[in-house]
Amino acid sequence: MKLREVKEILEAEVFVGHDQLDMEVKTAFGADLMSDVLAFAKAGSLLLTGLTNPQVVRTSDVLDIAAIIIVRGKRPLIETILLAEELKIPLLGTRYILFETAGRLYAHGIVGCLERVAEKRDFS
Amino acid sequence: MTFHETVPYENSFLVEGKTFENAGHVSRQVKTLLQKMKFSKEVVRRAAIVTYEAEINICSYAERGKIVLRVTPKQINIEATDEGQGIADIELAMEEGYSTATPKIVHMGFGAGMGLSNIKRFSDEFHITSEVGKGTHLEMVIRT
Repeated sequence: MKLREVKEILEAEVFVGHDQLDMEVKTAFGADLMSDVLAFAKAGSLLLTGLTNPQVVRTSDVLDIAAIIIVRGKRPLIETILLAEELKIPLLGTRYILFETAGRLYAHGIVGCLERVAEKRDFS
Repeated sequence: MTFHETVPYENSFLVEGKTFENAGHVSRQVKTLLQKMKFSKEVVRRAAIVTYEAEINICSYAERGKIVLRVTPKQINIEATDEGQGIADIELAMEEGYSTATPKIVHMGFGAGMGLSNIKRFSDEFHITSEVGKGTHLEMVIRT
């Protein structure tokens, strides 16, 4: 699915990345804890989060996250928007809560970047 | 810039402690450097993740720290040394979910007790030593 369709499904506002809406996305990860995002999110996924500080963008940059969707109608901080512009990571906002955001995307074919964590994490 | 002009490569970066203002600057620089050296996306991503986790730890817990990047054609070595509170029980600190994070750290989205175990997971080799009241030393190796 194109990021443009994600924007339409979520009735989202585009803060950064108007020129990147043709990007293809297939998977997503949702969490407010960047610690968990770092542990579980896969490259090329959407990040759905309620966190609005610049570390959301830093974390996404490190992980090669495709685009960030800020949920629950929260507004990203200005530093967050500026950093997303600098690092060219699309930043969108939706008024849907995290559960609804995930559900609406799933219903349209976006799946989790992993289904569930392994019983025992692989540290090899 | 070609691979042979840049590798072996060594550089060190200072990290300001007890503030998140610049958290992520070093890992961004490391990522840019490794991308220019034409390492695979996977290798660059793993190096960026372990550097970022180490950087977040310094920003969270230490007074100040230093991250040294050494690159040879076969491996990327990242060393993080800090002057800080140190870790009393390393085995416990390595456990997922164990954390001594302050509300400020949690407010930034970190401190879930995943950092060290995540560093271990994304490194090919990981060594940690620490002395309470002095600081912590991490060494991560990523084979290319």
